[in-house]
Amino acid sequence: MQKQSIFQSKLLPYALVAPQLAIVLIFFYWPAAQAVLQSFLLQDAFGLSTSFVWFENYVELFKDPRYFEAVVRTFVFSFAIAFSSLSFALLLAVMADKPLRGGMVYRTLLIWPYAVAPPVVGVLWIFMLHPSLGVLSRYLRDLGIDWNPLLNGDQAALLIILAAAWKQVSYNFLFFLAGLQSIPKSVIEAAAIDGARPMRRFWTVIFPLLSPTIFFLLVVNIVYAFFDTFGIIDTMTRGGPGKATETLVYKVYTDGLLGGNLGSSAAQSVILMGIVIALTAIQFRFVERKVTY
Amino acid sequence: MVEHEGIQRYLAHAILWIGISVVAFPVYLAIVASTQDNAVIANGQMSLLPGGHFLQTYYQTIFVGTSGSTREPVGNMMLNSLVMALMIAVGKIAISIISAYAIVYFRFPFRMAMFWIIFITLMLPVEVRIYPTYKIVADLHLLDSYAGLSLPLIASATATLLFRQFFMTVPDELLEASRIDGAGPFRFFWDTLLPLSRTNMAALFVILFILGWNQYLWPLLITTRDDMQTIQIGIRKMITTTDALTEWPVVMATAVLAMLPPVFVVIAMQKLFVRGLVETEK
Repeated sequence: MQKQSIFQSKLLPYALVAPQLAIVLIFFYWPAAQAVLQSFLLQDAFGLSTSFVWFENYVELFKDPRYFEAVVRTFVFSFAIAFSSLSFALLLAVMADKPLRGGMVYRTLLIWPYAVAPPVVGVLWIFMLHPSLGVLSRYLRDLGIDWNPLLNGDQAALLIILAAAWKQVSYNFLFFLAGLQSIPKSVIEAAAIDGARPMRRFWTVIFPLLSPTIFFLLVVNIVYAFFDTFGIIDTMTRGGPGKATETLVYKVYTDGLLGGNLGSSAAQSVILMGIVIALTAIQFRFVERKVTY
Repeated sequence: MVEHEGIQRYLAHAILWIGISVVAFPVYLAIVASTQDNAVIANGQMSLLPGGHFLQTYYQTIFVGTSGSTREPVGNMMLNSLVMALMIAVGKIAISIISAYAIVYFRFPFRMAMFWIIFITLMLPVEVRIYPTYKIVADLHLLDSYAGLSLPLIASATATLLFRQFFMTVPDELLEASRIDGAGPFRFFWDTLLPLSRTNMAALFVILFILGWNQYLWPLLITTRDDMQTIQIGIRKMITTTDALTEWPVVMATAVLAMLPPVFVVIAMQKLFVRGLVETEK
């Protein structure tokens, strides 16, 4: 696509792209290239000498069972967060799509958690479910559950998943509602006249028509679970107890910071880059977005 | 439709209110906790109704900070967050709109290369280049500065794409008309294109402000001085000390204060927010 009428100028267009180009080259491409380069280097324990080791950092990673566990964990988290958040949001959106009094009020009351920052989400949830002072922990203990996410890895993972899903409900709700509202009412009425009950109407008519929205949201939720959960994890569990809540992004952070293992951290960054590229490609190639407002 | 209209409708209302309660409960708890006495909370005896320490806690939080570890007033952190969020939002919009203008309204060598160079940054989030970016910012002596907090985040493939798309829909006749009036590239941009882009800019601003205010990983890396930390970093530091020393009412007041500006923006500018969210995802 090109404009027919344009301006003639030799230098001006370069001056106009220059600021963005400078930032992109200095803060995006240069560091990304550095990360790739560093992933082929190995530093000795004192940081005095570095040697070029080809793919040793990668080989080490793939041999490390802890890295493999982090990969599996990240995927489990992603799907658990996406599934729980999407199903809850879909239920609410289907209800809010009905011609109810105060429909707009419901929307307002459901979309604001989008604006809550991940670290704050972490603080809110750890406070609510803190083993010694959490308000809900009391009830869990009354039910006979030995609730302690600060010591029990599975409970910590569950807590992260719940907190992360909680934040994402608002986003999913908004897009589901938009998707539902774009389905022509006549289609649903036709199904009703054919005698399909509400549940059947939902699964055979509405759900298939929503599938582009669902697929789009699935990709967005996975990207969210991969990257935006960092703040939640960091305020709530710091990847612990043990390594029970350490995701790939969190591992890049801790290995480079505390472990000082920059070569390995860089190799992990490069692998993450590959994942982002794949997810972005999926998003642009396969996702048809027909959301209209 | 036909069946059980009444029951269906009551059920929908009920489910929505349950949903709203589930969503709102953690925040309600934070508000309530911020008005109570720390000793009671630490005992695990927290009441679910507001207490009487509202003014005291918020005064302490905003002007003094925690009495333990950092002692940094949260008011100052909010100011840092505000400056950073505004710089990121305004910066992204400014540099994106001018690069989109160049790409759409000019023909020059490497035009599409420029576009792709900007576009590909979509695939390079901070998380995948954490330490090298940190090193560059350190080498440029930008640690603990507003420039260091915002500059590396200011590029925006999404905003550039959005403006490019919008400019493509602007009729050519407008450019021809203003050219007949003797307008050059600057006049056309300022008098015609910018006013037309107002709604897009506003919608984008709402989203980018929230995004900027909620930044976490980047400020965590590059701020070391307490007086430069943003509110998101401050709240994390407040709960680092051992549990017994955590001043929960102050932490919860900080959480409430951290939520207030972005949540207010979402609710007060709901239309723009929804528009921005839907458009930036295209």
